[in-house]
Order: sequence, then C-alpha cells, then structure tokens
Amino acid sequence: MTSSTNNWVLIKIIKLFGALTPLEPRLGKKLIEPLTNLIHSTSAMSLLYECVNTVIAVLISLSSGMPNHSASIQLCVQKLRILIEDSDQNLKYLGLLAMSKILKTHPKSVQSHKDLILQCLDDKDESIRLRALDLLYGMVSKKNLMEIVKKLMTHVDKAEGTTYRDELLTKIIDICSQSNYQYITNFEWYISILVELTRLEGTRHGHLIAAQMLDVAIRVKAIRKFAVSQMSALLDSAHLLASSTQRNGICEVLYAAAWICGEFSEHLQEPHHTLEAMLRPRVTTLPGHIQAVYVQNVVKLYASILQQKEQAGEAEGAQAVTQLMVDRLPQFVQSADLEVQERASCILQLVKHIQKLQAKDVPVAEEVSALFAGELNPVAPKAQKKVPVPEGLDLDAWINEPLSDSESEDERPRAVFHEEEQRRPKHRPSEADEEELARRREARKQEQANNPFYIKSSPSPQKRYQDTPGVEHIPVVQIDLSVPLKVPGLPMSDQYVKLEEERRHRQKLEKDKRRKKRKEKEKKGKRRHSSLPTESDEDIAPAQQVDIVTEEMPENALPSDEDDKDPNDPYRALDIDLDKPLADSEKLPIQKHRNTETSKSPEKDVPMVEKKSKKPKKKEKKHKEKERDKEKKKEKEKKAEDLDFWLSTTPPPAPAPAPAPVPSTGELSVNTVTTPKDECEDAKTEAQGEEDDAEGQDQDKKSPKPKKKKHRKEKEERTKGKKKSKKQPPGSEEAAGEPVQNGAPEEEQLPPESSYSLLAENSYVKMTCDIRGSLQEDSQVTVAIVLENRSSSILKGMELSVLDSLNARMARPQGSSVHDGVPVPFQLPPGVSNEAQYVFTIQSIVMAQKLKGTLSFIAKNDEGATHEKLDFRLHFSCSSYLITTPCYSDAFAKLLESGDLSMSSIKVDGIRMSFQNLLAKICFHHHFSVVERVDSCASMYSRSIQGHHVCLLVKKGENSVSVDGKCSDSTLLSNLLEEMKATLAKC
Amino acid sequence: MIQAILVFNNHGKPRLVRFYQRFVKEIQQQIVRETFHLVLKRDDNICNFLEGGSLIGGSDYKLIYRHYATLYFVFCVDSSESELGILDLIQVFVETLDKCFENVCELDLIFHMDKVHYILQEVVMGGMVLETNMNEIVAQIEAQNRLEKSEGGLSAAPARAVSAVKNINLPEIPRNINIGDLNIKVPNLSQFV
Repeated sequence: MTSSTNNWVLIKIIKLFGALTPLEPRLGKKLIEPLTNLIHSTSAMSLLYECVNTVIAVLISLSSGMPNHSASIQLCVQKLRILIEDSDQNLKYLGLLAMSKILKTHPKSVQSHKDLILQCLDDKDESIRLRALDLLYGMVSKKNLMEIVKKLMTHVDKAEGTTYRDELLTKIIDICSQSNYQYITNFEWYISILVELTRLEGTRHGHLIAAQMLDVAIRVKAIRKFAVSQMSALLDSAHLLASSTQRNGICEVLYAAAWICGEFSEHLQEPHHTLEAMLRPRVTTLPGHIQAVYVQNVVKLYASILQQKEQAGEAEGAQAVTQLMVDRLPQFVQSADLEVQERASCILQLVKHIQKLQAKDVPVAEEVSALFAGELNPVAPKAQKKVPVPEGLDLDAWINEPLSDSESEDERPRAVFHEEEQRRPKHRPSEADEEELARRREARKQEQANNPFYIKSSPSPQKRYQDTPGVEHIPVVQIDLSVPLKVPGLPMSDQYVKLEEERRHRQKLEKDKRRKKRKEKEKKGKRRHSSLPTESDEDIAPAQQVDIVTEEMPENALPSDEDDKDPNDPYRALDIDLDKPLADSEKLPIQKHRNTETSKSPEKDVPMVEKKSKKPKKKEKKHKEKERDKEKKKEKEKKAEDLDFWLSTTPPPAPAPAPAPVPSTGELSVNTVTTPKDECEDAKTEAQGEEDDAEGQDQDKKSPKPKKKKHRKEKEERTKGKKKSKKQPPGSEEAAGEPVQNGAPEEEQLPPESSYSLLAENSYVKMTCDIRGSLQEDSQVTVAIVLENRSSSILKGMELSVLDSLNARMARPQGSSVHDGVPVPFQLPPGVSNEAQYVFTIQSIVMAQKLKGTLSFIAKNDEGATHEKLDFRLHFSCSSYLITTPCYSDAFAKLLESGDLSMSSIKVDGIRMSFQNLLAKICFHHHFSVVERVDSCASMYSRSIQGHHVCLLVKKGENSVSVDGKCSDSTLLSNLLEEMKATLAKC
Repeated sequence: MIQAILVFNNHGKPRLVRFYQRFVKEIQQQIVRETFHLVLKRDDNICNFLEGGSLIGGSDYKLIYRHYATLYFVFCVDSSESELGILDLIQVFVETLDKCFENVCELDLIFHMDKVHYILQEVVMGGMVLETNMNEIVAQIEAQNRLEKSEGGLSAAPARAVSAVKNINLPEIPRNINIGDLNIKVPNLSQFV
C-alpha cells in the first residue's frame, strides 16, 4: 500500500482494508498512519476520497481510545470540505456522503460546517440536496432549529418535484421531532409550521403531519389552546384541503384537527361555529376513517357546548344545538363506511334521547360530558412490559389440562385459545388491577358510544413527573403574553421566528442585567466572565411553560433500567425509506421517442433527426416549390408515422424502375412515356400517395427533381398497368417507387439518377435496361429493357436472343428452344419508347456475370424495310441480386448477434459528398435500406434473392468513408463491396 | 463488484446489456427500462451517481453513469467499488472502444457486437475489474484480431473446407488403385455367378 503507485490497485487495497477493519480491531490502528500520509500526499481525488472513507470506517470501528483521534477526524472533515467545495458535482456528492458517515459518530466536528451544508441545499442537483438534508438532521440545535426549518420551508415552496418536496416535509418533521422534541423551544411555532405544511399540494405525508399534531397537542399541555384554535381554523377551511387534494393524503390532517378540536373542546373560542363546520354535508366526501373521527368528536364538542349552555342557563340554546345534531347526523348514518354508520346511528339515538330529556327540562349536560370525562395520556412503549403480574396469576400455567398431542383435530382450537390468552393483556395495558377493571366495566356499560380511540387510563399525577429527567431542569419562564395566543386565521410561522428572536434578546438582556448586578457586587478580579456571554443551547429558555407530559406508566410499574436505553423518539418508525423507488404516480412524464411506442420500422430514427435538422433549409427552398407542396408537406409530416407502419407491413418491394432519359415528343400515346414536365401537375395528385410513403421511409421532403422522377414513374406505371406483358406481381408495383427515394438528396441536389443503364445503341434503337430481383421467385431476376426508337422508321418484328450460360438462363415461352429468339411484344413508331420485361434464372448469385445477346428487328419506313441487328451485353452485378428489404433494428441486432456472418470492410478516401447523399447513392444503386442512422454513421440492410443477409455499417470520417459489411456469404460480400467501392469512388 | 453494465441510447434503446448476476429476461428488460427513466431525468451537469434503490440488489448498490453524445453508459456496482474509480473505468472503456473502432458510434456496438463483448471481457470479467490500462486492452484486442484474421474467422471454416476438398489432387488417387487385384477378383466372382 505504501509503495504502489498504481492508483487503481491502491484504491482496491484501501477498499479491502476498509471492509476488514470492522472485523479486526487491531488493523485499524495500524492503518491510520499510512492512510493519513496518503491523504496528505496524493493528488488523485478518487484515492483521497477512498482514504478518507477508510479512515472514517476505522474511526467508527475504534470509536474511542485513539490518542490522535480528533486530529484525524479534523483532517477528514477538512479534506471533505475541499471535496464539497469543489465545482465537480460528483465530488460534492461523495463529500456529503462521507460527511454523513462522520456525523453518526462525531456530530460536533461536522456541525462547524453548517454554512457549507446549507449552501448545498441550494444546489440544482437533487441527489446532492437530499444528501445535504440528511446531514442537516444531525446538525440542528435549539439555537438554529428555527433558522434551518425556515430555510427548509422556503425550499418546500420552491421545490418542483413531488418526491423532493415530500422528502423535505418528512425531514422537517424528523428534524423537529427528533429526540422527543429536544430542540423545540416554541411549540406554537411548530404547530404553525405544521399548519403551513398542510397547504402543500399533493403530498403523501398527511398522516405524518396529523400524527405530529396529535402528539404535540396531547403531550404539550400549554399548547393545546393554541392548537385548538389552529385546528378549528383548519376545519373551517376543510373544503380547501378536501376538494383540491382529495386524491392525496393531506386530508389526513383533518383527522387530527377533528380529534384535537373534539378532545380539547373546552379551549375552543367558538365551539358552535366549529360544530357546524364539522357537520357540513361536504364532510361526507372524506375517507371513511376520517368521517368516523368526525362523528365521534362532534359528540364531544356537543357535550361541551351543552355544558356551557346549561351553565349559562340557556336552555333554548342547548335545545337548538341538539336540534342541529339531530338534523345533521343522518347524513353520516347513510354512510357507506360501516364504522361511520355504526357510530353515527348510536350517537343519533343518544342525541334523540337527550332531546327528549331536554324537552322535559332535565339537565343532561353533566351526564353527557361524563361520557368523555378523563384525561388522555400517551402510553409509553414500555408500559406493557411494566404491568405487574397480579398475584396468583401464572400466565404460563394451563387453564385447561393440556390436550394430548395425539388428538390432531384439536390442534386448531388450542391454537386459537393460546393466542387469545396472549392477546388479552395487550389490549388494555393500563388496566392494572382488579379494582380498576371493575370500575372500568361499569363505566363502559354506561357509555354506549364508547370511543375506541379513547383508551381511558387512570391519571396518576404522582407518577407523571417521575420519569421526566428532561423536564425539571428546563428553566420555566412565565409566559410573557406579548405573544398573542390567538393568531387570527392561519398564521405564518415566520413571525414566530421574529418573536423568538425578540424573546431571546429580552432574556439575554435580563440575564446581562442580572450578571452585571452580580458583577458589580463582585470584585474586578473576575474579568473573564464579563466577556460577552455566549449563549449555549441550555441557556435558551422555552417560550411557554411547556409541560412535556411523559408517557404514562401503569401504576406500580416495575422500575427497570434496561428499557431506558430505548431512544424515546416515537417517530423513528415513521422514518421513510429514501431508497424506495418512485411510485408510478410520482414519475415525471418522460419524452419518449416514437420509436418505442409505435411501429418498429427501422427507418424511424432517421427521419426524426432529419426533420429537426433540415428545417431551416426547407425554408430556403420554399420559394422553389409550388404552393401546393407546402400543404402537402404538413400533411405528410403528420402522416409519416402511420405510413411507416403501413410501409412495414407491405411485401418487400421490388427495386424501382426509373424512367429512361427520353427525349420529349409532342405526341402522346397510351403506350408512350414522355417527359413529365407537361404532365407533372396531373400526376401530382395521384403521386401523392406514393410520395407520402417515401416520406415516411426516409425523408420528409424532397427537392423538386426527385419528385418529378416519381411522377414519371407513376405515369410509367399507369401505362404499364394497361399492358399485359407484365410478369411482375401486381403487389410489388404499388410499392415500387419507394426505395428510390430512400435517402434521396436534400442538401445538394444530385443529378437525376436512373437505375437504367445503357445496354447498346445504334442509329435505329437505344436499349437501356434495369435488373431487378424478386423475392417471390427464388433466384430469378427480371430484366426490364427499354427500347427507344431513334429513327424515323417504324420498328417491328423485334426479337431478343440471349446466349445462356451455365449459371444464368433466360426463361423462354414453353416449347421454344434455347437458340430461339424471344419476341418483343410491341412495335415502336418513330420517337417512341417502350419497355419489355424478361425473366432470367440465376443459379449462383455470389459472382457478377455477363450475358451476350442480340436484338434483331425490322426497320420499316416509306422507302422500305431493312433487317437490322444490335448486339448487347447484359451485366448482372451482385447488387442487382439484392432486393431492398426493410429491417427492424431489433431484428438487425439479432442477426448480427447470431455471429454466422462473415465480415469484410473497405475504405474509400477523398469523398466530399454529404453523408445523406452518400446513403442515398448506396440505397439507390445497391438496393440497401437504412436500418438506423446516427449522425454520420448508418447501418444498412439488404437481402439477396436467394436469402443472403447483407448488413452494412457505413461511417463517414473527415474525408473518407468506411464501409464494414457482414454477409452470410463471404464471396458475395467481397464482390458487393468491390461494386460499392466503384460507386463511391465516383462520388 | 459490478452487477450490471448497461449501455443504451438517448431513446432508451439498449445497445449493450451485460449482467453479472442472474436475472430473468423480463426483469433484465425492466431494469434497463427503469434505469433509463432514472438516468434520463438527470441533467448533464449534475452528479453521476444514483441510488438505484430496489432495481438491483438494494440500497447497497449504486448506479454510476456517464453520458456520451447519444449513449448512456451505466454501471451498477455495490459498495466495494470506488465510485470515482468506476467513473474512470467507464472513460477507459469508451476510449478503448473509440480506439478499436475509429470514431466509435452507437451503431458500432450493434454491428461489432462480438468485438465489443471481447473488449468488455478484457476490462471486466465476472463483475470484477480486470484491466484498466487502455494500451494493454487495445494490444490484447489487436492480437485477437490478428489471430482471427489468420484463421479467417469461424464463419470462413466451411469455405476453407470446400477449398481443401477442391485442392485434393484427384489424379493421384486412381494411380494408387491396384488394377491387378481387380483383374483377379472379377473373374472369380463371375465364376460363382
């Protein structure tokens, strides 16, 4: 560890040591020194961090007994501060993470960096903020609690994510309630914080706030009056909470509010008003368990109002309240919730009875309020254990004779009984002795509407303060009523902070005075004390006479020390797992690429990217395009998605025929193909469908030229449709136009390209041909030959004879021999061109090959007829055996994954063409389709007529293009790449 | 230990998925999906660590990721790995890829899936970091490529077999047949018939 210079190894070793230290205490001591040296010497942050981490682990495991202990802690904290202060978010995060480890054992040393941690709360990174929050938990003191919580509250307002806000909320509550509200000096402030928190939209932690309210109201007697006034205000505005946040948990708060108002109804200022608020019809929309509490506490409230009225001698007022109850309670009787229904009907009957009694002028208030007499105190978690076992009760003894094991049938009942016996003491932990039990039973008989929340326990005043070491020594100050106890409406917690400051200031002044007096009496010798007194935590006196009622213990509880170790924070169970994954409802909507949702057409990625990038250029070109195109484009863009899907379901299209460059003639005949300029407009509408398809395939727009090409194509196809010489299956014709557009030029305009290559020409005729494969017919290719009459004579009796080779044969009409020519099924008037198609069967497609052939025809004009011949060579390139086949990127990946493709690659230098055009060229000339494209890299796919898969990865560098290919046949691949190289070299 | 290495693009399409702990396929997919959603939400300028929660393992595990152009590289590691170390490791891995496929692009990961896995195996094996020196890794990969080339790859094996058959010197075979033996045997057989 000391000699290695490789940081990787060092980190690993230090990690290992760190993992070992908890197991071997002696290791830690030995590690400290070299680690400290490393910390001092290293410049690598990662190593530094790991060292600090391990030192912390060592210190935790040692915990005490190290002489230079605090020095190393200081060093760690100091280094961590550097990490946290770093601008790199990663270091900041890790620094906070390590800091929180130190916090557990040495909170004091971390506390000095409070400023830094608070700064981190403002960080834009959520995970850093969460870490900082964790740290804050350990840093609060009486002095800074209000300040910290105030800061957190501003963050709550700012926070946009629900998760983070919830996290803040729980942290605020955690921080305030930790170690039995140790740091809270002013509970009014805390209550108002809680009330403010209820105004949060969409929090899940309503129940947490509710529990805090209940806890504080029960345990801090002095605060009850204030709490009740706040809660009644809450109840009054219940519609706000319930209506806007019905779906989330904030209405839980009403549970606490209702209970507090009912239980401590004697503190209510306007009980009648609150009663009405609780009986509003809207209450019935609340969840069942809250309604149940409402019903129960309405009665409590009613009882106290009744008592007030009777004491004041307002019999009519009392009757009016009873009437109100009788009127409103039925809405709860109809509740769907059983609990609510049961309670409501019980109480309704009770109230009706009271009404009768009231009618006879019988004073009932005493009896009614007797229902709810008694004090409710929290039960200590260890109370159960301390219940003394009554004399003569042996819990281990069997009441019945133990049943013999052989009777298997009895097992069940026995188990039930056993359970019962255990449960009994649990239910009523505070029912200590027989006398108490008897008393209770009596009381219960009287109280028809017993409240299950109301586990009455005998108040035992002599015990209450017994176990509260923390309470006595808190200096008790009489409440200075400069603080108005009743704050109208919902108060802002901020004002409490100010008040608190003032109060502290006053206290300090008083103390100073006292001290001065003392000092004046004393001699000058004690100058030391006259330095400005620093206020320690203990000096801060709570604002109210806070009577923290400790948890109740059963009478004559057994004193035991072992229990005292328990941390008495009752809310540690509520601590929330930070690592929980987000619930579905919390997830932010995430922008998804269309790709993931709809069809998986391989081309998808590409158009999306392009659409964005090409927009500005589109504008430039706009003026060139006809107005109609604009509208079309919009439509197209909308349609693109659907069309993609449509595309993917079509049968693999055959490579497209593109028109031969034909000179224009004025005359139009059905059988002729003319230059499209004059027909462009007519064809447009028909071509639209075609265009849209191509749109989805790769581009969202085209320069005018390819469009024209398409019209020509369309036109051609229409004319073809009328002829019968077509051997092409009709299905493929529809989609025929698409692949041509695959990657059609956008940026620079490519010259109009044609897949028809010149075959042969003489003064009479020009032959151009295109070779297309078809998947339907295995190992067959269709050769489309366009014959153009260039002379002034009519060409007729045309016949094509091709010399077959071993590998490639022409499909001839039945009965004709190999040497016979195949007739061309049309005649050509002067200046007209037409296309004939012939099928060739190919055996092996891995090599390119050539076939020789002759066209013989009779040229007839006014002067007579001549017999003519034209020789040609048909070139079957490997590319012509490929069929443009769309491929999903998933399928593409799977294909490559299979690993049974052989690989080869080429590289062509000196290419200046744009990548877009390059792809278009490859698609056009070599019948590939783009599977995916990312920046200047694209994967392409094609299939041969014999089912070979060909995959390409085309990458464009600065000035070069590299093409990696994978194919099921290595010969085919190398031939293809050679052809491609030739194509690319021309670019 | 490294539990999983996930590489996906900005749209959540997985490009390289490697688990060093057994998971059912559906769970793997779910992990990738959830990880993607977790990572996508995060800006580029915030820290690269994420508490993965219940995705893999538990709270002990962290997601450490880096975002390059179109790809997210996510490593899921437990507490025995150094966070900053893993960040460096991702960098090394990506740089190695870039060296091996000049100007690496996300499609390379698909197209050269086999090679990517070889490279990954040089760096991480069985969830443990093997090698962190880029030059070393590249040297190993190059050696492997040479070997592969000299053998013509596994897929070229059938072709080699065919050429081997073609190259058999056919004329030699008849020469070895002892015609004299045939002459003796044939008359014998005819006598039996």
